Amino acid sequence: MTGSMLISIVMATLVAGTPLAYAALGELVAEESGVLNLGIEGMMLAGAVTGFIAASATNSVWIGVAAGMMAGAALAAVFAVVAITLLASQVAAGLALAIFGTGLSSLLGKGYTGTSLVLEPSSVAAVVNQIPIVGPLLTQLHPLVYLSWLLFAGVNYFLYKTKAGLILRAVGESPASAHAIGYPVIRIRYLATIFGGAMSGVAGAYLATVYTPLWTEGMTAGRGWIALALVVFGTWRPARVLFGAYLFGGVTTAQLFAQGAGIPLPPELMSSLPYIATIVVLVLITRSRTLVRMNAPAALGQSFHAYA
Amino acid sequence: MLINFVPRAAPSRAMQYASPLLAVALMMVLGFILCIAVGRNPLTTFYVFTISPVSTLYGFGELLIKAAPLVLIAMGLAIGFQSNIWNIGAEGQLTMGAICAGGLALHYASGDNGFALPAMIVAGAGGGMLWAAIPAFLRSRFNASEILVSLMLNYVAQLLLSYLVYGPWRDPQGFNFPQSRPLPPDALYPILLGDTRLNAGVLIALAAVLLGWLLMKRSFIGFQLKVTGLAEPAARYAGFSTKRAIWFGMLAGGLAAGLAGVGEVAGPLGQLFPTASRGYGYAAIIVAFLGRLNPVGILIAGLFMSLLYLGGEAAQIELNLPSAVTGLFQGTLLFFLLAIDVLVNFRIVVSPARPLRETVS
Repeated sequence: MTGSMLISIVMATLVAGTPLAYAALGELVAEESGVLNLGIEGMMLAGAVTGFIAASATNSVWIGVAAGMMAGAALAAVFAVVAITLLASQVAAGLALAIFGTGLSSLLGKGYTGTSLVLEPSSVAAVVNQIPIVGPLLTQLHPLVYLSWLLFAGVNYFLYKTKAGLILRAVGESPASAHAIGYPVIRIRYLATIFGGAMSGVAGAYLATVYTPLWTEGMTAGRGWIALALVVFGTWRPARVLFGAYLFGGVTTAQLFAQGAGIPLPPELMSSLPYIATIVVLVLITRSRTLVRMNAPAALGQSFHAYA
Repeated sequence: MLINFVPRAAPSRAMQYASPLLAVALMMVLGFILCIAVGRNPLTTFYVFTISPVSTLYGFGELLIKAAPLVLIAMGLAIGFQSNIWNIGAEGQLTMGAICAGGLALHYASGDNGFALPAMIVAGAGGGMLWAAIPAFLRSRFNASEILVSLMLNYVAQLLLSYLVYGPWRDPQGFNFPQSRPLPPDALYPILLGDTRLNAGVLIALAAVLLGWLLMKRSFIGFQLKVTGLAEPAARYAGFSTKRAIWFGMLAGGLAAGLAGVGEVAGPLGQLFPTASRGYGYAAIIVAFLGRLNPVGILIAGLFMSLLYLGGEAAQIELNLPSAVTGLFQGTLLFFLLAIDVLVNFRIVVSPARPLRETVS
């Protein structure tokens, strides 16, 4: 294997793993506060379609990403009202969100199906490209890839090095105790859920404006659900979640490289690899009950109602 | 003013029945507002959505044809849902049912010896159950979330079907379209009512409702499943096996979805296409909730959801609205239902702001 091929495999892995990293790190924060939001797929699709529409209207990826972020956050807020304030089952509300987001996105994206985005190359990239040796390498990846590392560092720092992060985790471990001490459990859970939604929105917008860049119905193709599995796979640790995201990015790219190398396997078999891999890693992690119980937030998925 | 939810001593029966109706009413109000917002006549839209699809005999037949898989799958899922077994892989289980039944008919059905259809029903049911057995096994043996596993398998089943109709099972005389040969006539459900597409497959859905009612309300295993859902420690203490609940709940869903797959391929489809389902596996989740996991409720909710599908199609043709509104309405409906359901277990108490301070001072 040549060096340039290795580099292109690594690059493709990073590019494919990034949407999973955003969605999974966002969900990780929500789950640490005790909220299990199964609706990532719906929020990602909403983020993808609004991101695509905004980007094609303004010709700017960044406005698209901001729009996708807001769409994801808005949908997460709807989920929060139903699951946190109105105490519905988080599983059921998450499924509702997934179905709702899918319907909403295909409705909004009706006029955009199959159209692709043509963006002018950014002027910043042109400048960076001038830097000798590392410049061309750096610009091969979109800034959102680098920003996801920043997000990872931020989430890691926030959860384990700040008081706010400790409080958030306390809410996820024992909302009743956190409430008794005087922490606003409901508000914290709202914020964590909305943050998770915003990151899912970014993941969707990245898919629709940077990764493909085009809009097709249901284009996330189960990545939202894979992100959910990644949080379990990473045993609720940001570093392991990020590693998992790239692992799956690698699996996704493997199918492209296998096709390119002319390996005579049906493309459908290669396309099903990420889903089968998800099942395999899920089984590997959860078969140890203690591993899950030691790491999962104790109150994950439980509604909290402070009846006073 | 402070609005508080105060727990009720016992769940409100009245709210349990009223909640789905309120959710439907709220969804309609939202639809009216949306219509006005985009400058459509809400009454015309309402007519196109709800009355015109079923104003003909043919339309009525379509209503029942679409309701059948929804009711069938929802009934199967409800058995798992009531013991907190979340099978959301019905879409894939339906696809596997269609693949197994369709494959059997394509390769072995010849002439009319009357065996084709029963064999397809067995094969389809087996395919659905096999696909549901994977998450059941992984959950009961390795504790892997049945939600994620069953969902992942939806994509795998979908890819398998598209591999088959693009590859080995593609009709050589099909002008290169990705579809199988049409099924032979003896592999199709007989039509029940002339001038419609209404076929004998709907009888299976009706039988499922009856069977579901017997199972849930009149059998010991139904009682065990219910207890498992309401209080797992109590169920374990009574010696009701959680693993059995997982297997039973998952397989019931797989069986129903597999049969629904047979119904599609031996009914309205008549051959295999790259997709076997129009999202019935997901919509059936909503049907199960809207019907309160109750057989009669599921029957009514399934008919209503089928009307939403037909209404979406009619709105696409007559009003040029995208048919995706159906999915949007489905999700909204479930949200409204879950939101209103808070009133089953809680009542709203409105108290003046900061009552404590007033009493103290």
